[in-house]
Parts: sequence; C-alpha cells; structure tokens
Amino acid sequence: MTSMANPETGGGTHPGYPLTREQLIEMYRYMVLARRLDERMMTLQRQGLAAFVIAGAGQEAAQVGAAMALRPGVDYVAPYYRDLAVNLVFGMTAREAMLNALGKRDDPNSHGRQMPAHWGNRSRRIVTQSSVVATQLLHAAGIALGARLRGEELVVFASCGEGSTSRGDFHEALNFASIHRLPVIFFVENNGYAISERTEKEMAVEHVADRARGYGMHGAVVDGMDAVAVYQTVKAAADQARRGGGPHLIEAKCYRLWPHSSDDDDTRYRPRAELEEWSKKDPILVMRGRLLEDGAATEAELAELETSVQEEVREAAQWALQQPDPAPEDALGFVFKEAD
Amino acid sequence: MAEMTVLEAVRTTLAEAMERDDRVLILGEDVEAGGVFRATDGLAGRFPGRVIDTPLAESSIIGVSIGLAHYGMRPVAEIQFADFIHAGFDQLCSEASRWCYRTCGDAWLPMVVRAPWGGGVHGGQHHSQSIEAYYGHIPGIKVVVPSFPADYRSLLQAAIEDPNPVLFLEHKRTYRLIRQEVDGAPAETRIGRSRIARRGEDVTIIAWGLMLHEALAAAEQLAAEGVGCTVVDLLSVQPLDRETICEAAKATGKVLIVHEDTLTGGFGAEIAATIAEEAFEYLDAPIRRLCGPDIPSMPYHPAMEHFFMPDRERIAAAARELAAY
Amino acid sequence: MTVVTMPQLGESVTEGTIIAWKKAEGDLVELDEPICEIETEKVTAELPSPVAGRLGRILVPQGETVAVGAPLCEIEEAGVPAGLPAADAPASAAAGAPAGEAGAAAGTGAPSRRRFYSPAVQRLAELHGIDLSQVQGTGLGGRVTRKDVEAFAARQAQGAKVAPTAAPAPPVAAAGAGPAPGGPLTGVRRTIAENLERSIREIPQAWTMVEVEMTALLARRDALQQRMAGRKVTALPLFIAAVCSALREHPVLNARFEQGELRVSRELNIGVAVATDWGLVVPVIKDAASLSIEGLAARLDDLVTRARERRLSVGDVEGGTFTVNNTGAFGSIASKPLVNPPQVAIVTLERIVRRPVVTGEDAIAVRPVANVCLSFDHRVMDGLDAGRFLATLKARIEAGTFG
Repeated sequence: MTSMANPETGGGTHPGYPLTREQLIEMYRYMVLARRLDERMMTLQRQGLAAFVIAGAGQEAAQVGAAMALRPGVDYVAPYYRDLAVNLVFGMTAREAMLNALGKRDDPNSHGRQMPAHWGNRSRRIVTQSSVVATQLLHAAGIALGARLRGEELVVFASCGEGSTSRGDFHEALNFASIHRLPVIFFVENNGYAISERTEKEMAVEHVADRARGYGMHGAVVDGMDAVAVYQTVKAAADQARRGGGPHLIEAKCYRLWPHSSDDDDTRYRPRAELEEWSKKDPILVMRGRLLEDGAATEAELAELETSVQEEVREAAQWALQQPDPAPEDALGFVFKEAD
Repeated sequence: MAEMTVLEAVRTTLAEAMERDDRVLILGEDVEAGGVFRATDGLAGRFPGRVIDTPLAESSIIGVSIGLAHYGMRPVAEIQFADFIHAGFDQLCSEASRWCYRTCGDAWLPMVVRAPWGGGVHGGQHHSQSIEAYYGHIPGIKVVVPSFPADYRSLLQAAIEDPNPVLFLEHKRTYRLIRQEVDGAPAETRIGRSRIARRGEDVTIIAWGLMLHEALAAAEQLAAEGVGCTVVDLLSVQPLDRETICEAAKATGKVLIVHEDTLTGGFGAEIAATIAEEAFEYLDAPIRRLCGPDIPSMPYHPAMEHFFMPDRERIAAAARELAAY
Repeated sequence: MTVVTMPQLGESVTEGTIIAWKKAEGDLVELDEPICEIETEKVTAELPSPVAGRLGRILVPQGETVAVGAPLCEIEEAGVPAGLPAADAPASAAAGAPAGEAGAAAGTGAPSRRRFYSPAVQRLAELHGIDLSQVQGTGLGGRVTRKDVEAFAARQAQGAKVAPTAAPAPPVAAAGAGPAPGGPLTGVRRTIAENLERSIREIPQAWTMVEVEMTALLARRDALQQRMAGRKVTALPLFIAAVCSALREHPVLNARFEQGELRVSRELNIGVAVATDWGLVVPVIKDAASLSIEGLAARLDDLVTRARERRLSVGDVEGGTFTVNNTGAFGSIASKPLVNPPQVAIVTLERIVRRPVVTGEDAIAVRPVANVCLSFDHRVMDGLDAGRFLATLKARIEAGTFG
C-alpha cells in the first residue's frame, strides 16, 4: 500500500495506510473498548445483574472501520443490535453503554423501555431501532430522501446482519433507494450465522453483495476482519453517494466469535474446530499485530491503552450499577408526542 | 368556498397544507398522476418534486415515510386501498407507533397515512375493508374517521400538523356521494373528539363513515314516528372520546352502535365496554351493536354486499326495537 | 298467566260453543292436554292446552257460545306466580281511594318484565325515592322504563292531589304515614297519592247514596257477638255479607275494567279499607260469598290484625273486585269514596246514628240508621245499575235477609 493523503486530516497518514497514526490507534481503541464492554456485560449477565446481552464480538473491525469513514453528527446511522462499536464511534460513552445493558432509567437509548442493544439517539443522528430486523433499512431510505429534498449533503449508513437480507423490507429498501438514487450505504455484516442458521439457509447466492446488480446499485464485498479495508471501502462509497452517485450495498465478511446472545448455546450447532480457527483471526488481535508490525504503535502504548480501557469499562460498570432503575409507573407516558 | 364533496375536501386540504408548509410531501402509488381516486389531482404540477410516486410496496411507503418524518419532513402517504395496508402493518405497529414511546419523546414522527376504506362500491373482499379496529388498537397511532366534508378538511389539517403518526381513513363510497356546504358547517379541529350530531330522548346511535349518514337518515325517519335519536359522529377511533360517548349514552340509556366492520372484535366492542363500564347506572337496555356479519369482509355481488352492510332501514328497525324495550 | 282464547277452527268460522269442559278450575293441565270440547259450524274438536300449568278461572261456562278470539279460561303456567306481586311495601289504598294494585303485565303468554328494573331505573328510583311497584311500565313486557320513572317523578314533583274523602286523613293515629308531613311525599303516602291521582285521572266517577235502617243488622250483630266471644264483632262483617248478597244480583259492580275490557268477576273478592298507623291498606277477603258470617268476621279480624301489624302478604292485597269502606267508624255520615282501579265501584258504610224516623203512617220512632254511599265507574254502568244495587242492598239489610 502506498501512502495516501488523508483528505480529512490534510496529510500525515501513516505509511501504507489511509489514516494517521493517531487515527489508527483510535480505531484500535474503539475496537478494544467495544470488546471489553461486551465482556463486562456478559459477566454481569452471568452474575444475574444484567438480563440479556447480544454482542458484536468478532465484528469490531467491520464496525469501527465503517463508522470512522463517516461523519458523526452529520451522517445518520441506522444500526442493528450488534453495532455497539458503531455507536461508540458516533458518540456513545462507556457509561451510557452500561446504562443500556442494565436497562437503567437514564439510558439515553430508551430509558429501560427496550431490551439492551436497541440503539437510538436523535441528537447523535443514531436512528432508534426495534427488535424487528431490516425495518430500519426503509427508514434509512426515507431519511436519505428527506436530506436530498432539503439539499443537505450527507449519507445514511444502514447496517444489518445477513439474516436480515431475507426480509421483504431489505429488498424493498434496496429497490426504493436505487430507484431514487439515494445516498444510502447498506452495510451487511455477514458473520456466517443467523442464530444457528448458516448463510446457505439464508440465500442461494454466494455473496449478499451480488444482489446489488439486481437492484441497479453498486455492490462490494470486503474483508470484515480488516478494519482498514472496511474503512477504505466505506469511505469511497460514502463520498460517491454524497455526490449523488446512488446507494451502495457493502458486504463485510466477518465471523461471529460468540453465541448469538446470552440466551444461545452455540455448541448445539457450531463445530468447535471452526470457532478455534476463527478465533485466531480475532480482529482485535489482528489489528494489534499490524499496529506493532507497521510501527504505528509501541507495545507500551498499546498496553497502556488497554489498561486505560479496562479501567474505563470497570468504572463505567460500577457507576452504572449505582444508577437508578426506572420506577414502575415510568412505563407510562410518551405514547403520543404533545403538540407544542 | 361553497359546497364540496369529501374528495374535494381532501384534495383542497392537501393543497393548502403543501402551500403553507414546504415540509409537507405526498407519496404513494400513482400520486403523481393524481391517484386512483383523484385525491392528489394537480398537486404534482403545483408542487414539483414534492409529490412522489413509490413502487408498489406498502411497507416501503410507510417505512420511507417514517424516515422522512424522523428527518423532519411532514410526509402524507397514500395507501391506495386500506385493504392493502396490512403489508405495512409491521412498519406501523412495530415502528411508527412506538417511535416516540421507545425514545421517551426524544424522537417523534409527524406523519400521516391516508387510506380509502369501506364498502358499497362493489369492491369485494379487498377493496371494501374496514381497518379501524386493527390500527385503533395500537397505542401510539391516531386513527381518524370523519364523515362530513367539513370535518375531513379540519381533521386532515390537524393530522398533518400533529407530531404523531395519524392514520386518516376516508370512506370511499362517500368520496363523491356526500356533499356539504362547508362554510359555517361544524368542523372538528381536534383529533380525539366526537360530535353529537343530533339530539333525541329515546335511543342513542353511535356511528362513523358512511354509517353515520345512514344513521342520520334513520333518525330522521324515526323522528316522524315519534322516536327521538341522539346520534354521535365518532370522528376519532384513537384517541377515543369517552366523555362524549358516555354523555350521549346517558342521555337515553339505550345505545345502538353501528359499524360496517365485522361484529366480533370490531371497534364497537370497545365503545360498548366503555359505556358499560362508565355509564352502567344509566343503562335502560342492553347495548346493541349492528355490524357486518362475521365473514371475511363483504362479497362482490351486490345482493351479498347489500346483505353485509347495515343501512338506514336496518338501523331504524334496531333503534325502534331498542326504543320499545 | 296464559289466557286461552276461542280458536278459529276453520276458515270463515266466527264463533264456537263450549260443549264440555274436560278440566275443572284448579286442575293441573299438561301441554297439549285437551281442556275442553268446542263445537263450531264446521267441526267439533278438542282444544289442546297451549301451555302446561294449572287451570285458573273458566270464563265461559259449558253451553255458551263466544266469538273466535274470546277468552275461554286462564292457565297459570308452572313456575309463574298467580297475578302480579304487589310491592314489597304494603299495597296502599286510601279509604275510597284506589288500591295501588300493580299494573297488569302486557299480553298473554309473553313473560312479564314487570319487575325487571334496569340500572337506570333503579338509580332514578333511588334518587327520587320512588317505590317502583307503583310505577306503571310501558316497556317491553310491561317493563318499567327510564321514561316511566322520570314521568312518575315529574308528577310527584307537581304534588299529589289527594281526592277529597273523609276517610284516610283525620283518624289515622300517631306516628306513621297519616297526613303528609311537610316536604315531598315519600313511601306509602306517595304511593297512596299516586293511586288517587290515577283514580281521578282514569275513571269518570259518579256518586249516590241511600239511607238504610240498621235495626235488623244490629240485632244479628249482637247475636254474632255472643257466639263469637273473645272477638270484637262490628257491623262490618254483616254489612259485607249483605253487600255480597246484593252483588250476586248485580254482578256488573263486581268487575274489573282494564284496557277497554270489562271483566265481570264470578268470584266476590271484597277489599276492605283498613286504617293503620302506617297508612291505609285494603286487604281482600277472597271469595267472600263462600264464607259464612262467622267466617267473614273471622277473616276480617285476621286481616285487620295483620294489617295493623304490617304482616300482610302480597296475596292478601291483590285480586280485589269490589271495595267496602267503613267510614262510619270515624264518625262520617256521608263520604265520596274514590273507586279503586281497575275495580268499578266502591261502597261505604257511614256512621250508624240513632235518628227519628217515620214509621207506619205518621208515627215517629227512633231507629239506628246509616247512610250507604256508592261511587262507581260511569263508563261501564249507569245510575240505574248503581241505584238498583243500592236498593237491593238496602232491602237485604233492612230485612236481615243476607248471609
């Protein structure tokens, strides 16, 4: 890879990368933070303090790589439940993540009204999502249409798993966005499993991205375990979409390192050998190795970063556990928005 | 302003709203050409780029409207026939209705979904349905069922200005059938209020849509027979105006609820339960419902369609019986 | 209760003759069981009972011919109580005022909804303090409707018009209903008021009076008193016996007039006005004609005692066909009683006073005399009928030929 000037920072990218050293370390930090948070949530769940956890372990590279190619506060994201890392890049704090995991009253995503990992924050342009998968893809198309009508230059990033691509709303959204050439990045994190079902039960094509042609839109497949590769792909697509080039379907090939959720026993359907094989390709390990190898960071720096993240997560969990739970009657209210 | 039909009321209100607020958009199938009922006739020309044809996909129409509304626009989506809205039930029930609730008011959706409903047009199974019971049941969506042109105007305007998802139901049989001098006619501006359209001492009839007009005709006939009817124009299914309904029930103690929708689980059941609960001591007779029979909506042949739909004769007969109780 | 009517036993048949009754009054009857044999121009046939129950009154005797549709007999269906239960509160009456008999159930065969009170009706009754048994029902099956109660309350609010009659007002002792205290009428008083209003409203009443010499009656009273030591025997039971005797000759006065139909009763059910300290009540001596004078006296005594103790049953106060009022007990020498609908006549026995009378050609003697007054429903009879009745009554009393 040749050195590429990073138009965002005006130059100074790390050799062989489209990002600066600081950005690369930041990238790594987000990935580690996401993973440590997931681990902490899972521990709390096993301790009976959190009811439900659904993690993005194994998909951090795809998520952080993609999110860092976007502009928080300007672009919109319509994430799905595994996208903790995307949310972190778009401004969610460790403390907020823990509030959400514990269903606490002050969780900004839904104040305990939705299950954990149901993201939403209007001021951060993170679109509220439900448990029904793929519905957010149409919402993304609508937002993009609104922005285009208003002349606001932005992209809408809508992500989902490969299971979601079987739903009608996925196909309708791609169709709609293509017809109207909307600035939407449809980002499919193909982690190989829809709960217990492998991809071949979800589609007859080899790549989800192959469908792009069927709708008349751009498609691309990218290695979802390589954060930098994902970054580059998404950045290029976003730039093009912003300029009116139409929607993109980007499929990031990942691997789901953990079971589907805290309620899933994946030993029922997943061969141990496969899991062990993929664990060696853990994107965090891979990223760490690259940073050291390519001189983007020292061991000391990374160790210190990891310790600091660990501490941040520990503190966030401790703090969040002290926060108030919703009162029973907090179930009421906000069924309708009152007119001003 | 003079006399207008229901359809004219809808069309002029849409135009006025789009004129007043450039965030208002129309989307749906065939809307650019004016819509299959001509409700959006001429609007595409007047407001270029703001009347948008969608693909034949109801989930898209509603899902995209959600996105538009979340972004800050005021979409007024048209579903070609209410019978087809069910493909978008997921977007309405799982998403639109809960948007404000699940974010504790951080996000909200100022959107309207218009749909022609009801029978009497030889529409058969899938061009005649009533849907207010399905969607009226979902907290978080408002459901409006006007009967008179003046109310269509005022309530459609209110729906467009409402920061919540509003399902605006237009009875297709009344589109051209019902005319009204709208100047000076009563026009409800608040969603969630019903109107007592007529007062009488003997029987209370509660109805909406085409049935409201049939009920008024029956009341006129009954007045000549010495039976006085209080008639409630429901106007809003959700929120339900429990106060007006109970006031009307208490006036006579004898209630007849009329709707086209099938009997079991129809919205009349909610109204009846409300009256039984809140006006029990004022009841002088069992609460009666006169509705479509429990068959999967009306058949095509006129004889069978006529069998299905209540009408002024049947309403009068039921009211007469109730008055004699 | 079902009224069985003359069937149309053939097209163009207009009447039929009862050849024979196969059942007697009081007999149990099964569904479809033949109750009588009917002959018409076309055919002779048995009449199968339309319901199961007990045969009540036979209205058309054997051998009589009546039109198609005419009532033949009454059958008490199994499980349905006789007549209409009167109020929980005592059935009211005023001396000379109409007894508060509950309105008749509509129709034949349809279940009576007379006592079915909806929530609205009960609420309004409670609000206005209305005794629902006194409210006429115009709804389905005679049901009292909200509007019936509202109308009743409205009339109440206008104030009861108590018809002028000597009896009820003054003498009723001490605490209890008596004359209305200040304020809106309640309870028995109100019920009485309602019934009086109905009497005045519905019945065009005429009045007449005769003077009766009571020597013979009082002599028999004394004899009776001796036989019935331990009981106070008044002139009243003897008077009632004389009334029965006269009514047998003038049955039109022993009738009920309802919904345009006059039903002369074969049984003499004599209502007797009793003043109690909780109000006026008119218990009924059923089938008085079948009782001896002793029987009458005993029955009267029992009813009066129970009336005063408020132990009258529903059956005690209903079914009356004629009313007698002993207004003389309070000193009245003439009074204008009010007919007790649906009855058609009412008679009073005024105070027995000793007066100079002309005997023989031109001698004067002192004799016990009493006025007997009669009010009657002028729609169903004329002065002639009334006069004749009184003449017969006077004659029987004066001759002592009664009972």
